[in-house]
Amino acid sequence: MDYFAQQLINGLVLGSIYGLIAIGYTMVYGIVGMINFAHGDIFMIGGFIALITFLILVSIGLTAVPVILLLVLLVSMAITSLYGWTIERIAYRPLRHSFRLAPMLSAIGMSFVLTNFSQVAQGARVKPVPPIITGGYTLHEGADGFAVRLSNIQIIVVITTIVLLALFTWLVARTRLGRDMRACEQDQTMASLLGVDVDRTISMTFVIGAALAAVAGMMYLLYYGLVDFFMGFVAGIKAFTAAVLGGIGSLPGAMLGGLLIGLIETLWAAYFSTEYKDVAAFSILIVVLIFLPTGLLGRPEVEKV
Amino acid sequence: MAANASQAKTARGPDAAFILKKAVISALVALVLFSLMIGIRTEAGSDGQLTWWTRFGDLAAMVAVVFGGSIVMELLRHWWGPVDTVRVVPPSAQKVFSFAGRALVPALLIFTFLVPVIFYDERYILDLGILVLTYVMLGWGLNVVVGLAGLLDLGYVAFYAVGAYSYALLATNFGLSFWICLPLAGILAAFFGVLLGFPVLRLRGDYLAIVTLAFGEIIRLVIINWQTLTGGPNGISGIPRPTMFGIPLTPGDGGLADRLGIEFSPTHRIVFLFYLILALALLTNWVTIRLRRLPIGRAWEALREDEVACRALGINTTTTKLTAFATGAMFGGFAGAFFATRQGFISPESFTFHESALVLAIVVLGGMGSQLGVALAALAMIGGFELFRGLEQFRMLVFGGAMVLLMIWRPRGLIGHRAPTVFLERNTVISSDLVKEGHG
Amino acid sequence: MNINDILSVENLTMRFGGIVAVNDLSFTAERGKITALIGPNGAGKTTVFNCITGFYKPTSGTIKLRHSDGEWRLERLNDFRISKIAKVARTFQNIRLFPGMTALENLMVAQHNTLMRASGFTLLGLFGVPSYRAAEKAAIDLARYWLDQIGLLERADDAAGNLPYGDQRRLEIARAMCTEPALLCLDEPAAGLNARESAALNELLLKIRAEHGTSILLIEHDMSVVMQISDHINVLDYGVKIADGTPQQIRDNPKVIAAYLGADEEEAIAVMEGET
Ligand SMILES: Nc1ncnc2c1ncn2[C@@H]1O[C@H](COP(=O)(O)OP(=O)(O)O)[C@@H](O)[C@H]1O
Ligand SMILES: [Mg+2]
Repeated sequence: MDYFAQQLINGLVLGSIYGLIAIGYTMVYGIVGMINFAHGDIFMIGGFIALITFLILVSIGLTAVPVILLLVLLVSMAITSLYGWTIERIAYRPLRHSFRLAPMLSAIGMSFVLTNFSQVAQGARVKPVPPIITGGYTLHEGADGFAVRLSNIQIIVVITTIVLLALFTWLVARTRLGRDMRACEQDQTMASLLGVDVDRTISMTFVIGAALAAVAGMMYLLYYGLVDFFMGFVAGIKAFTAAVLGGIGSLPGAMLGGLLIGLIETLWAAYFSTEYKDVAAFSILIVVLIFLPTGLLGRPEVEKV
Repeated sequence: MAANASQAKTARGPDAAFILKKAVISALVALVLFSLMIGIRTEAGSDGQLTWWTRFGDLAAMVAVVFGGSIVMELLRHWWGPVDTVRVVPPSAQKVFSFAGRALVPALLIFTFLVPVIFYDERYILDLGILVLTYVMLGWGLNVVVGLAGLLDLGYVAFYAVGAYSYALLATNFGLSFWICLPLAGILAAFFGVLLGFPVLRLRGDYLAIVTLAFGEIIRLVIINWQTLTGGPNGISGIPRPTMFGIPLTPGDGGLADRLGIEFSPTHRIVFLFYLILALALLTNWVTIRLRRLPIGRAWEALREDEVACRALGINTTTTKLTAFATGAMFGGFAGAFFATRQGFISPESFTFHESALVLAIVVLGGMGSQLGVALAALAMIGGFELFRGLEQFRMLVFGGAMVLLMIWRPRGLIGHRAPTVFLERNTVISSDLVKEGHG
Repeated sequence: MNINDILSVENLTMRFGGIVAVNDLSFTAERGKITALIGPNGAGKTTVFNCITGFYKPTSGTIKLRHSDGEWRLERLNDFRISKIAKVARTFQNIRLFPGMTALENLMVAQHNTLMRASGFTLLGLFGVPSYRAAEKAAIDLARYWLDQIGLLERADDAAGNLPYGDQRRLEIARAMCTEPALLCLDEPAAGLNARESAALNELLLKIRAEHGTSILLIEHDMSVVMQISDHINVLDYGVKIADGTPQQIRDNPKVIAAYLGADEEEAIAVMEGET
């Protein structure tokens, strides 16, 4: 039981990270109708920028951890969003009204560019950082000596996710930008006729998605203590899987899918085999889609003929 | 059209201030983007501690490149006319093109047949030729699924892997010959195609994309982890080389050279492999061209155009999709078996998502559904890739960048029209604007 | 179900969430006749078609079909089988041709099942056996016949998507006819046609009925078509059948007039007379 509780906690934390990335996929999909294949790499870039900022801040003698964390978060979000914005401008905007596979391949190309840019710029080796946030709480000490622990970093990951999610939900539901986003999702032509700046709204979607991915990248760095140039690929696929599992286009779905993928992966690794944890996650995706072809929270589409 | 042309003519010369402003903004964006990623270099030291140092010189150089590049791009764009203008090829030019196109196919084919003769002493070119032909074959195989049936498959490499491992395992464990394994590899891959096909039948568009991607990853992960069968990450080595219908291509008694009474040369095998993959690729092409003119092929294309209409015409869309998946997978399996016998060694590293993306890029760049286009795209992609052989690290960077640029330049691919499968009077090509891309 | 009926829809109900698109509808279509289904926009006509042709599973009710080949309960058949086995063909309100294929290819796709059998499920066809070649030639001849019937023989090799709107409508009918149906369901075939084109359409439909004995179920707004060629008319409003009868009876039915144009009777009568 204790072991299970511990895995549950670990799974939820991992799932939060996936969920944050998945939101970027789902948002872009909802508005532009394309899979932003480069989004996983945006997450990776976010992790790298967080790492570099952290190194600089530490070496200029900053010691207050909360200050460091806040600065790292802000810098990472800011620069990574600019990556999201630039990619949209260069690789997707020219193809917006084109044949559907073209933006997808352009996105795959962009993903290769980012992965290898990072490899060329920062080298192929894994970059470890010493634990930044340590400590935690023991929730329950079992008779067999197994303790359920909740580390501080886990708390931070979950709280950050919740806060961001709340902020984000508010943004979509209450602000002008959110309204424009929903309008573009429904009908871009109509939205533009009604005075919505479609280009700007789409740009902002990429910016927000990238900012959330940057947060995920930073959380990943804090939680696992390392980044490498290839981490975007697997995390990206998992997050996209999460988005699809939850029902692509649905924001709560993305978060739910993220949590589920995180849980499946962790529990599978804990009880069955670490090697096949990804196979389990992908298989469950396939099984879910057989029965719910539009994901868990996706709108079922009845084709009008 | 005419209005556009005159507009382009009357437009004023490049506006220097505008271009400069754009370049400055681009440079600023680049400065922020690259500030940390290029301006600072991190590396894990020997003690596991991260160290960092600055590279402001590189950063400045990159920003300068972006600044200059932006100006050049802007000038080029001005020169080539507004980006939004669709440049329509005049009918006379179209005739010339179509004639050239008709002459191109036989010319290419003859040239390909002669490659081993012309370049007999150039091992490198022969190897490259084999590589290109392998991708031509993969492209043609995937074209059945993506180009004809309009089903997006991001996990095509899975079938390539199934073919390669089928041959490797059957040959190393049971000593079966290449010629027995080849059809088996194809059948097994087709079986996996159906296996993948079943769950995805009801899915559309991007759901299909992610499931095929996941399927490709599942196959790769299983290969990595099922060590007792597949050798895991170490792969399988010592895969038998193909024989020329039973005659080994080895030095010594009974080998081909011995029987023909000529001196043995390792090039014999390379030439044999070249013709082998050429034959396999041409088989793929022949079958695809035949299938297109059969009811099943027409049903695939109809499925791409409108699935609902297909159902209303009594076409079983389930089996139609499954046969498309199976056929494409079978060709992937053949190519995989060839790959295994050529390399003599296979490991999961050869079957990553990158391969699927590459083959898909070849199909889309070729102009979905066009056999010639796919062949040209494979030549351009693999050949272009080879140019960067020395710059291992930059290779993928350039490849990714090229993919983006090519898509922007020609979203519909090199050859963007469709030839009808049957005609009464005139065999006119159909513009790609009308051809649907399916829901994949 | 009357012995002369080819189709009998009984107590058909179709719900979408809260919307009841078709409510307890019953009607029949007589063999070899043209039966029309009319009603204002949103009355549920297309939904009835979708139930008959298997695109929607009805919430309740039965749909019986009977002709020389046998008898079927359509609501139990899978979509493609309704066309393949039960021989019901349809067209769509918003044309659904294969735009990137030529007119001829569109008609060849319609003969898929026949050709599939002739090609030995592809294997024989791959090697071009003579029997398949003969079957393909026969298929081309059938396509040629229908292209001639709709006056599009000249445009056989043009992409369907390049044809003018009216031609596309007729091509869709020809495509449906190439499946050699017993019952042909046409969803607003005259929509968007000019007067000349819709007169030609009338002729085509009458010819189909006369020369091929195909029963036709017709949804139409254009009263000049409906009143002239229908043998029997069913009127739908809000998913409920409000009247049925011969064109003359429908023309005189005040309920129909009211449903069509609300209060303004004069105008309604004008519509019914086919004057607009
Ligand atoms: N797939 C569907 N999902 C939800 N509502 C539908 C669907 N198809 C039809 N409807 C509804 O059913 C009603 C009847 O539509 P329809 O059959 O298309 O009318 P008609 O063809 O007579 O104009 C309309 O209110 C329409 O919105
Ligand atoms: Mg309708």
